[in-house]
Amino acid sequence: MSLTTISENPKPGSTIFSPELAARFDRLATLYPVRRSALIPMLLYAQDEIGYVSDAAIAEIAQRLDLTVLDVRNVLSYYSMLRTKPVGKYNVQVCTNISCMVRGGQELFQHCKKRLGIGHKETTPDGLFSLEEVECIGACSWAPAVQVNYDFHENLTPETMDALLDEYRSKAGQ
Amino acid sequence: MPTLVSHPDEVKIVSSRFGKGATEIDRYIELGGYEAVRQAIEKGPEWIITEMKASNLRGRGGAGFPTGMKWSFVPKQSEKPKYVLVNGDESEPGTCKDHLIFLHDPHAVIEGAIVAGIAVGAKTGFIYLRGEYRYLLKIMEKAIAEAYAKGFLGKGIFGSSFDFEVISQTGAGAYEVGEESALMESLEGKRGIPRIRPPFPAVVGLYGGPTVINNAETIASVPHILRMGGEAYAKIGSARNGGTRLFCISGHAERPGVYELPMGYNLKKMIYEVAGGIRGGRQLKAVVPGGSSTPVLLPNEIDIGMDFDQVGKAGSMLGSGGVVVLDETVCMVEFALRTIQFYQHESCGWCIPCREGTDWLKKTLTRFHAGGGEAKDIENIRYLAENMLGRTFCPLGDAAAMPTIAFIKKFRHEFEDHLNGRPCPYAKQQELALA
Repeated sequence: MSLTTISENPKPGSTIFSPELAARFDRLATLYPVRRSALIPMLLYAQDEIGYVSDAAIAEIAQRLDLTVLDVRNVLSYYSMLRTKPVGKYNVQVCTNISCMVRGGQELFQHCKKRLGIGHKETTPDGLFSLEEVECIGACSWAPAVQVNYDFHENLTPETMDALLDEYRSKAGQ
Repeated sequence: MPTLVSHPDEVKIVSSRFGKGATEIDRYIELGGYEAVRQAIEKGPEWIITEMKASNLRGRGGAGFPTGMKWSFVPKQSEKPKYVLVNGDESEPGTCKDHLIFLHDPHAVIEGAIVAGIAVGAKTGFIYLRGEYRYLLKIMEKAIAEAYAKGFLGKGIFGSSFDFEVISQTGAGAYEVGEESALMESLEGKRGIPRIRPPFPAVVGLYGGPTVINNAETIASVPHILRMGGEAYAKIGSARNGGTRLFCISGHAERPGVYELPMGYNLKKMIYEVAGGIRGGRQLKAVVPGGSSTPVLLPNEIDIGMDFDQVGKAGSMLGSGGVVVLDETVCMVEFALRTIQFYQHESCGWCIPCREGTDWLKKTLTRFHAGGGEAKDIENIRYLAENMLGRTFCPLGDAAAMPTIAFIKKFRHEFEDHLNGRPCPYAKQQELALA
């Protein structure tokens, strides 16, 4: 956060988001009994569109909800899925919590590290993949499980993980 | 897509529509959907609460509080609007049941929320899913839109004088938000820090109004209870533990999966018959009976009925229904460490015993598992965990401390096996098991 954030306050009525998202934000701001309730959904949708929650996104969301930039950052920093820096096109999140751990989740994470040549919360130089070791994602009976962006993949082995990464790689090439 | 499993001992109530296309409203109606809410409108709040009390339904999130009683605590008159809040922030490691409810039967959650609204006089319901469940939010949003289009939500639902609106959203990654008061904070657009109670949410909850908060599985059970009658539902389970619940079997079971079994079903039978025993015919080492926060059970402690009271008597908790089966290859020190890593990561940092306690436990266990442990560490870990118990505003501190105490008590020998700079004695067999 820097002082420049203040001078970068968006002009009322202008938006950095797509017309669709801006319209969605207009609806969200009046959906709840209290405006501020829209904050977490807005941060998530902004991240989906931009890839992360940028300074400009924070400033605009703060203005839309009559909050200070500090209020927004305070909430943003609490939630592990929200990020203020870009990640790869495909964010590979490997669960290593207990149910996944005992079925090879740690090994799967190590395998991804080697295969992608990156560590926890790092991104490949081509910007295609990011890797993250995550806590339980709610797929315990189908362990080990991985989420790529919002998509779940269950019962993985190092071999099927490779196939999955290849699939995403070719999807990106299309 | 998560695979569905089946076993003849199952009594499918909440899961009765799984895999039957019930995400479509017309199909849901064909399968008996939205009948309960019509009955609820006709017979009124008192009848609903009487049936709910008779059902002996207890909260499926983990605490096991009687649902009917919870609803009856909401004051009839209130200056502030009342709310229904469905807790779908399923995050207790080992638990993946609400995942299936949202995936296969979202209308049951909507219908249950409407019934709760009629029972307590709330006109707005919120369905809060964990952030990772974005694809399930899409399914839920579509179901809500269908219900509005049919006149089942909105003003004058089903042609009655009741109004009921439903808003759904996800969180953004925080275990703590599954705790009811932190959930309300999150829904109000804040950090998920718990609130001091009393006042309880039934009196002062969301936006200061009286609020009913129930787990998604609890709410999805409600329409079934009204259709079959509270007493009939109660009869399916054990004493004071009505109905069925979704047990999420994970770990080293031969056939892991989410099985719906009557409350009080024998844990040993659940593992060895329903889930097909231990993979590869190995020996059972331990069972975590109700999600990562519940104290571990030894193989000679699992001949018990799975309900809130019987598991409590056995020194653990039924919790969220996450049964984690561990075979002989698991290193219990590593397992304890992974459990604590989670709670350390998720502690909101408000209460010092939880914030500092989980951090010290993580540091000590990390060093210990790596071979740097000393004999006095074992007592220190236990002492530290015992001093976290009951000293925090929300149950996260207890959730970290309780399993830790049980690991030390029941697997002290495994801790001792790591002393004197020895590398983990279980690493080799884990490698073999995964090969």
